[in-house]
Amino acid sequence: MPRINSPAELEELRKDILSKRDPNRPCITLCSGTACHASGSEEVAASIEEEIKKQGLSAEVDFRKTGCHGFCEKGPIIVIHPEKICYLQIEPKDVPEIISQTIKEKKVIERLLYTDPTTNKKVVHEFEIPFYKNQERLVFGSNGKIDPKSIDDYLALGGYSALAKALSQMSPEQVLEEVKKSNLRGRGGGGFPVGRKWEECRNAPGEIKYVIVNADEGDPGAYMDRSLLEGNPHSVLEGLIIGAYAIGSHEGYIYVRQEYPLAVENVDIAIKQAEEYGLLGKNIFGSGFDFTVKVHRGAGAFVSGESSALMTALEGRVGEPRPKYIHTVIKGVWDKPSNLNNVETWATVPLIINKGADWFRGIGTEGSKGTKIFSLVGKVNNTGLVEVPMGMTLREIIFNIGGGIRDGKKFKAVQTGGPSGGVIPEKYIDLPIDFDELAKAGSMMGSGGMIVMDEDTCMVDTARYFLNFLAHESCGKCVPCREGIKQMLNILTDITEGRGEKKDIELLEEVAAMVKDFSLCALGTTAPNPVLSTLKYFQDEYVAHIEQKRCPAYVCKALVSYYIDPEKCQACMICLRQCPVGAISGGKNQIHIIDQAKCTKCNTCFEVCPPRFSAVRRLSGEPVPPPVKDRVLARRKG
Amino acid sequence: MSEITLQIDGREVKAEEGMTILEAAQSAGISIPTLCHHEKLEPYGACRICTVEIEAHGRTNLVAACLYPVEQNLVVRTRSEKVDKTRKVLLELMLAHAPDAAALQDLAQEYGADKARFGKESSFCILCGLCVRYCAEVKKKNAIGFVDRGTRREVIFIPEITSKECWDCKECFPLCPTEALQATFLLTKALMSPSPPSAPESEE
Repeated sequence: MPRINSPAELEELRKDILSKRDPNRPCITLCSGTACHASGSEEVAASIEEEIKKQGLSAEVDFRKTGCHGFCEKGPIIVIHPEKICYLQIEPKDVPEIISQTIKEKKVIERLLYTDPTTNKKVVHEFEIPFYKNQERLVFGSNGKIDPKSIDDYLALGGYSALAKALSQMSPEQVLEEVKKSNLRGRGGGGFPVGRKWEECRNAPGEIKYVIVNADEGDPGAYMDRSLLEGNPHSVLEGLIIGAYAIGSHEGYIYVRQEYPLAVENVDIAIKQAEEYGLLGKNIFGSGFDFTVKVHRGAGAFVSGESSALMTALEGRVGEPRPKYIHTVIKGVWDKPSNLNNVETWATVPLIINKGADWFRGIGTEGSKGTKIFSLVGKVNNTGLVEVPMGMTLREIIFNIGGGIRDGKKFKAVQTGGPSGGVIPEKYIDLPIDFDELAKAGSMMGSGGMIVMDEDTCMVDTARYFLNFLAHESCGKCVPCREGIKQMLNILTDITEGRGEKKDIELLEEVAAMVKDFSLCALGTTAPNPVLSTLKYFQDEYVAHIEQKRCPAYVCKALVSYYIDPEKCQACMICLRQCPVGAISGGKNQIHIIDQAKCTKCNTCFEVCPPRFSAVRRLSGEPVPPPVKDRVLARRKG
Repeated sequence: MSEITLQIDGREVKAEEGMTILEAAQSAGISIPTLCHHEKLEPYGACRICTVEIEAHGRTNLVAACLYPVEQNLVVRTRSEKVDKTRKVLLELMLAHAPDAAALQDLAQEYGADKARFGKESSFCILCGLCVRYCAEVKKKNAIGFVDRGTRREVIFIPEITSKECWDCKECFPLCPTEALQATFLLTKALMSPSPPSAPESEE
């Protein structure tokens, strides 16, 4: 590869790449992110390659394996350009038809299209699907267009032009001012103003300074940073180099978790390619600015996503947080000024430099500018990654983009901000989402996790689940976090297992307050959020568990019993045969009875009992009626 | 070193730049409780019992006195309703591990902590890390360390080093605020007893 020595040469190279690409030539893009990989995109890719060859189209069709398109619910996803015909849930057997019909004959295959569940109409183009239509994909949008292993794909879309602009037309101070003016806030959790952080680091005494990409995303159910790094690693690199220039740093680290092998692979390739083009290394674009970057693979501790713990881990020590009374921008890695931002933050920077702070400030709310990528998961129809302007309401995200709640159930709450976020109940469904509104509602933005819960979710059990996660993932150094989480988990476990006492709510509140106020790092100070927010909005569920030993959502097994209503049982043998532990006795014409001692409460009988009988009942907070003596079924008519 | 004036519990206190709130308080004879602090060791900030309330830059905050560097005009309150209430719960959590530990008794009384508030925990250790850090920082032997994380974190002696280094040292024993150490050490010795490794070597 030729080295690019100036912005002019970059533009020449870009023109050269584009001149070899015909925008009207058919191109099949296939989502090859981790989620689609899991649903079989590798096999689909193999059959596309084979079929193109078989049908003699190698010279006429391009095929590109791209990063995550975001609509993971419907993966693997194929988009055929230039028409942008979108096929979902593709299997290898669909491929010959796609090539012969859509590529050769220009015919759309109806059955592979998206069906709008409300209108039942087929949707041909990607941009018309409600999931995509209601998003604003500024940062994430290129993911579906480029092969993350090809720097030329990134350059073709205007990649590295922001870096060229920064290095050739702007002083570091001007770059800094632009980012400050944009009001960009960190996407990793805290929402700290990025420009101010950069400025503090720039002004910190010392020659050696570090810039760091935090790609240690570890929230259960969140994978936006992973998908960005896998799908568009150059956008992150470009942002990082621009930031380093503004701060005056010449060395960078990408701290990415080992459990993200594709991200590690793609970012390694991206760095190598950028080095070959001279976009990393000495004298970038002939500006005199030098910058190198290394990848550091994290060993998988959630707490290492905390900035000071991450820096300790970078130094080769156990990833434990340290107090930040002296900020890490002053004393970070090896006590040198270190500026850390997360993947999404860095990837946003090139956009701000290219389009300007004023453009960026035009998007979003007063206090939170720009867009945010959310990982929309849980009991929602369209799970996936969504990017929306700050200030969009929860309702719009969950219902317009997410397509509402699965199986026609009722929305109950949404948990935002990862394990130390909080739950937001239905009454705040019209809450505009930004850093400040979420905090006011007792939750947080975090890195953008959004777990949707329906009426079948027990909120006490939800709090217990997250506290259990934190009990394992706390580093265990400081007493409030380690012991406080343990005791809160003990209390929550007792409540969900029927041992709750009246004093428990007060005790939980007291321990939660202590953990929040006295813990060493943000993992600890936010750890009580799941408890406090469920207590705030769903205290009635706690009371039901404690006082009536009743789980209103029938989730807590210790508080739920299964019972077959003798008046309704038709002795059809279905539940009896399907019970995995043989707890149901009965026979033809003999009313079925569940042996409570044997029952493991797996819910199978409840699910399989034909709805026209609805004989199996779940009981909670009330005793199971004694078994009937006369079990002979008097055949009921009608 | 420039001199800094701050206020602790309403008293004007002079300190030097680079000192922590704890050091400044101690130099003025103001007591702040500590458990994981030791003057020979780097500040650690794990037990949090030294948490105090400060007013700086127009904001009230809770910080660990053993780590927070003094600032000009800093206002420190070593006791307040909030600090006292929180220290009480913190102590109760530690008392669940070591209800009879000498170091916790006076504090428990002072803050009204109930040692039976939480169920008894199986380990005596409050993981203050004094033994671990003393062995690493002062003795430079690293014979004792932390294993695992979160609520499963514990202190163990590393048999290979212990068998060589610990017989004649045992300097970490008196540092322990809860006596967990002896128990652990004895346990390790017991575990190693079927074939005692080169024990006599250290007696040369």
